[in-house]
Amino acid sequence: METKKERSLLESRDLLGMYRDMVRVRQFEEACPKLYSQGKMGGFLHLYSGQEAVGVGVAHAIHKQDYMISAYREHGLLIAKGGRPEKVMAELFGKATGVSRGKGGSMHLFDPELRFMGGYGIVGGHLPISVGVAYSILYREGDEVAVCLFGDGATNQGVFHEAMNMAALYQVPMIFICENNGYGIGTSVLRASAMEELYKKSCAYETPGEKVDGMDVLAVYETVRRAVQRAREGGGPSYIEAITYRFRGHSISDPGTYRSEQEKRIWQERDPIPNFARWLVEQGKATREDLEKIDGEEKDLIREAIRFAEESPFPDPEELWTDVYVES
Amino acid sequence: MPEITCREALNQALHEEMARDPSTFILGEDVGLYEGSFKVTKGLLARFGEKRVLDTPISEAGIVGMACGAAMTGLRPIAELMTINFAIVAMDQIMNHVAIVRYMFGGQVKVPLTIRAPGGAGHQLGAQHSHVLEAIFMHCPGLRVIVPSFPADAKGLLKSAIRSDDPVMFIEHEGIYGVKGEVPEDEFTLPLGVADIKRRGTDVTIITLSRMVYVCLEAAEELAGEGIQVEVVDLRALNPLDMLTVLESVRRTHRAVTVEESWLTGGWGGEVASRIMEQAFDQMDAPVFRLGCADVPMPYSKHLEQSAIPNVRKVIEAVRSVL
Ligand SMILES: Cc1ncc(C[n+]2csc(CCOP(=O)(O)OP(=O)(O)O)c2C)c(N)n1
Ligand SMILES: [Mg+2]
Repeated sequence: METKKERSLLESRDLLGMYRDMVRVRQFEEACPKLYSQGKMGGFLHLYSGQEAVGVGVAHAIHKQDYMISAYREHGLLIAKGGRPEKVMAELFGKATGVSRGKGGSMHLFDPELRFMGGYGIVGGHLPISVGVAYSILYREGDEVAVCLFGDGATNQGVFHEAMNMAALYQVPMIFICENNGYGIGTSVLRASAMEELYKKSCAYETPGEKVDGMDVLAVYETVRRAVQRAREGGGPSYIEAITYRFRGHSISDPGTYRSEQEKRIWQERDPIPNFARWLVEQGKATREDLEKIDGEEKDLIREAIRFAEESPFPDPEELWTDVYVES
Repeated sequence: MPEITCREALNQALHEEMARDPSTFILGEDVGLYEGSFKVTKGLLARFGEKRVLDTPISEAGIVGMACGAAMTGLRPIAELMTINFAIVAMDQIMNHVAIVRYMFGGQVKVPLTIRAPGGAGHQLGAQHSHVLEAIFMHCPGLRVIVPSFPADAKGLLKSAIRSDDPVMFIEHEGIYGVKGEVPEDEFTLPLGVADIKRRGTDVTIITLSRMVYVCLEAAEELAGEGIQVEVVDLRALNPLDMLTVLESVRRTHRAVTVEESWLTGGWGGEVASRIMEQAFDQMDAPVFRLGCADVPMPYSKHLEQSAIPNVRKVIEAVRSVL
């Protein structure tokens, strides 16, 4: 567990950066449903609201040159890693200025400069890919790490186990991070996994598994930081289960009847953003005014992002045929 | 030119390409210490070491996915699947990841990955180990599909496949690893997607690939005795599909037969036939005839199995049927 001392290692600047990033992600996500209902976006839309502490904690625990790869609930992850909200929004709008040039959509964001190796829509499908990314680092004798994020549902896929085994076998520098939000669509973890405590699943591969409160950005930060350090020092892969909750439905079209009002209320009280705000003020790291200023700036940023997406052009019709092959 | 086996030709290609490019590495089941189930990876571990010749667990999706991730981040992996039958286990990685990530991410990443796998029927291996799947991969945009027959083709094409910045399914045939042929001693590569006319003829064009090239050449030889001159076009690749060579040939012969070892229904012969219909209908003197494997799971018993697969006799009958 993290100690008070470790927490205090973080400068106020970093703490406010974490706060800002969580607010940015929340503002971004909460702007989406209205835009979706206006027909600005199509397809699936999986929002990250409620899980911000995980993505932001992870992103702050790694360097820019470290790789990140994720499932489809990834707007917040790319933004936390430094992705520009306007380019993410443009992707959701299907515009040529989007991070995947309008060819990916909400589930398939990509940014080579930020070493964001993509959002993937096949549950568990990107896990073996993440092992290959980490093997690349090992091969080049680089000092980066790869972090791979996925949902609780992915831990029941065969490739989860193949990837865990191979990562441990080759001792690649990576961290598997399970965002356990309690459900795979409408099926609770209890009803899907014979092993309820998902962090224990790595024991078969002699890979350290740990659980962390995914509603506490600092706890996530510290836990991931330790795993990253181990990976960088040649200590091989780790596995972290972050216990979290999504405040919205599985996707935009989910009526959400499978979760009780009481359950939702309990988790709302654990909202990572106001809780972290309270802590910052209590600890004298920031004033209410500082935080309100950030809230306002981020609101403006997202408004700008929407305007940018709105005004951007759709891909040229010729784009249908480009990018299938490098060598045509 | 020295005569070497297809196996040796492929092995040479691997040695040469791994020596040439330090970002090239091979991974797969039993590729290292055991030197490959078909010994195609002989000598690689001893020469290049464990980092570049990686023995993997029996995890096909893991192998292909890992290779994909390595390819996306600057390496040039060669993934060996013990046989093409097990590609089915890795199909999600191949069709949902390897083939499409470049497009899905707006062209911002490339996947210079070669997936090698032997396949083919005819060895009494039963229904789960006799698949001929090239047509399936041809269906999926984003993948190159290379299916060589002669040793020199195998070598030149494998070298080009490894150098290609696009993912390549490189499908070998278990039945031809031991077949010998002339292979140039000097460094050479062959372009991906250029067919090769293996025998010139004036009366009928047979369009084929892989082991069936040998069967068709034998049939052509027999038919020549009767005065029927058969042209044999070895496609060597299904993607890119060299219709230029096919059309040039059928416009001379006015008759065409496709011969494949894959199941007839949904096989590549149907694709080639319909393209001939679309582009050379007026020049044809007979409908295109498709010969393929019987649409059944492969039986074990020898005579049943042999009756399912195209052979010299069936090819001769097919040619006669379009004359
Ligand atoms: C292989 C596969 N099977 C089924 C689906 C349909 N599906 C999409 S999301 C999802 C639930 C995944 O849950 P989890 O991994 O916990 O992620 P979360 O959505 O909770 O973030 C399912 C079943 C899919 N995308 N891929
Ligand atoms: Mg979940």
